Amino acid sequence: MTRLLMNRRGLLRTMGAGAAATMASPMFFTRGAWANEFCNSPEKSGKIIFGFNVPQTGSYAEEGLEQLKAYELAIKHINEGGGMLDTLKPLSLKGNGVLGKKVEFVSGDTQTNTDAARDGARRMIERDGAIMVTGSVTSGEAIAVQSLCQEKGVIYMAGLTHSNDTTGKDKRRYGFRHFFNAYQSGVAIAPHLASAYGKDRRAYHLTADYTWGWTQEESIKAATEALGWETVATVRTPLGLGDYSQYLTPVLNSGADVLILNHYGHDMVNSLPQAVQFGLRDRQANGKDFQIVVPMFSELMAVGAGEAVKGIIGTSNWHWALEDAGTQAFTKAYGEAYGVPPSQAAHTGYVQAILYADAVERAGSFYPPEVIKALEGHEFDGVGIGPTLYRDSDHQCFKDVLVVQGNDNPSSKFDVLNVIGKATRDEVTYDPSIFGGELGPYEPNQC
Amino acid sequence: MNAFLAQLLNGLDKGGAYALIALGLTLVFGTLGVVNFAHGALFMLGCFCAVAFRALITIETITIDPTKLSPWGQPLEIRTPVVQDWLGSWGTVIVDYSVPLSILLTIPVMLAIGIGIERGLIRHFYKRTHAEQILVTFGLAIVIGEVVKAGFGPNPWPQPIPNALRSAADIGRWIGMEPGALTYPWWRMIYLFFALSVIAGVFAFLRFTTFGMVVRAGMADRETVGFLGIDIDRRFTVVFGLAAVVAGVAGAMYTPLLPPNYQIGMDFLVLSFVVVVVGGMGSLPGAVLAGFLLGILQSFASMTEVKSIIPGIDQVIIYLVAVIILLVRPRGLMGRRGVMES
Repeated sequence: MTRLLMNRRGLLRTMGAGAAATMASPMFFTRGAWANEFCNSPEKSGKIIFGFNVPQTGSYAEEGLEQLKAYELAIKHINEGGGMLDTLKPLSLKGNGVLGKKVEFVSGDTQTNTDAARDGARRMIERDGAIMVTGSVTSGEAIAVQSLCQEKGVIYMAGLTHSNDTTGKDKRRYGFRHFFNAYQSGVAIAPHLASAYGKDRRAYHLTADYTWGWTQEESIKAATEALGWETVATVRTPLGLGDYSQYLTPVLNSGADVLILNHYGHDMVNSLPQAVQFGLRDRQANGKDFQIVVPMFSELMAVGAGEAVKGIIGTSNWHWALEDAGTQAFTKAYGEAYGVPPSQAAHTGYVQAILYADAVERAGSFYPPEVIKALEGHEFDGVGIGPTLYRDSDHQCFKDVLVVQGNDNPSSKFDVLNVIGKATRDEVTYDPSIFGGELGPYEPNQC
Repeated sequence: MNAFLAQLLNGLDKGGAYALIALGLTLVFGTLGVVNFAHGALFMLGCFCAVAFRALITIETITIDPTKLSPWGQPLEIRTPVVQDWLGSWGTVIVDYSVPLSILLTIPVMLAIGIGIERGLIRHFYKRTHAEQILVTFGLAIVIGEVVKAGFGPNPWPQPIPNALRSAADIGRWIGMEPGALTYPWWRMIYLFFALSVIAGVFAFLRFTTFGMVVRAGMADRETVGFLGIDIDRRFTVVFGLAAVVAGVAGAMYTPLLPPNYQIGMDFLVLSFVVVVVGGMGSLPGAVLAGFLLGILQSFASMTEVKSIIPGIDQVIIYLVAVIILLVRPRGLMGRRGVMES
């Protein structure tokens, strides 16, 4: 017969050992940590891993590489403080990681290709244990990865994606977009086009042949036709084409007096200068000066397109020269780290990583439904371009939209765009039902 | 009429590039009997000769201007190409005209690469089957591509058109039309004339020089030329080098029209093989004719009116025409009996 003997010293020793074991166990997950099973739970692995899935090769590689640099900076700031952690309001992050634990990351190359993006995200979730996936420069990538993340029960913070479908018909409960969309571009740019070029114009669209191009063409066409413009033709061009001469030649004798380039990244960097080489901006058509419009473009594209971008009107999600505290903090941190000002692709990626980390901190848990609820309807400020709402009904951010124009007299190689106007958040807010789609359930799947 | 002429010019411009690459490909096949799948890689290497030349002449000196600050509060760096420091306004001109000037680098480099490839690899496969030649040259193309990728990265390298040539020529006015009725970019016109000049130069070289006469004799009957005591293999080595130079300069001059990356050669190779097959294997005039013909057809197929009848026709027209021509004329437009036939 065995007797359990426990004297006072033994009891104290046991209690001490128990306390030590408790101290040694992960202290960074507390509220709700034991209650929920979910994919890549940091409670189980002991690691917080973010997956940065961006194009490092292909048509949108430059933007993707910028975004990756911004993500690395975001990790530094989440773990050590600084950057927008000094300006974001409200803020729960303390600059010591997330829930007291330092964040790590893995990265992948989507090759500006939807299949590769999906494969990369799957690898991050299944092999690397990513608790959150973020990054994209094409809407095709974003929609594909968002759908995968919904299946896996892993939150996806979209990078640069401008298609209406991302938070429209293809929206998902596990996907969130900070970047603006094509509809908002149309609303923002239309008054400026009317003011600069008048209301009697004939437009010819060249459009990148994938989801973003289609929805941008649709939105800009609707916005310009509402002004009174006539659409002469809408022509689709393959993504990553390079030589646009065979598509530009028909524009010359089409009867159009405006060419609208629904192109992004290298596509625009190639198509815009080629359009200028074809003499389109030196032409007269219908008794007016021929004009070129690029409804959405970035600083990187403006630098790549060189002289051709001068005077071109478009829209942008953000610009490094804005004077708010969040923009200045990010531009300073990014400039010191990399020697160049950040692009809008870098900005949206950085903000998304910070917003996810902050949502986890506010939720007190990595459990996705709790984090999703912390993001839904979240109103925040201090990340550039004014007060912003993460709308709960479609996970689209609502904030002001910038209208930009290629700078005619740049003072430096970074000074390529001027902000010429702004559409307010109220003006670009729309009824989520116009783009349809269903968010889907909160409850996560097991990966 | 204007639309027709504009599309014709575009077709000639595209056709010039196709014809140049197909010419080199046919030259190698006609002399050495080798189906060179690495020919696209030679075009790509020519592109990167232009990239490397510009990188060399734009090596910069960095000075700090303490009176100006960057947007993130650090002293502003002023970067000046060394060539401009040394040569002043001439240096600016050299940087501006880097692409046409890069030909001076491209010719010797591509000649050396061509001769090196022929002596080091291709000559060991003269007596092998075409399938083996295709495999080894395709492998070589992949190796060259990966080497360039390792050195220059995977992304495109845009090259500028000289400032004075960035606008469009008012061709309509030259032929009595209204000003601005028919315009076409200067650089594309220059590329077309450059392609025509190179093609004419190659034909003249083969037609009017002793070397060319020997090569043509060798193409007709290699053994008999050998019996006459002529080292035909050495001539053919030079021909391979010449084909590499033609591909290389075609690539270098094309860089302002399409920013090159390590895959650009493969994109052109497929089209060029279609051109060679349509023109007739081993026929130099056939390659040139087919190059221009397919370029023009592709251009007309991209007209809005045509695409409204058959959507997507511009993407498949070349292959569709190739199928039709091979059904009607199995040896291509100007192919000879016995070439690649058992």
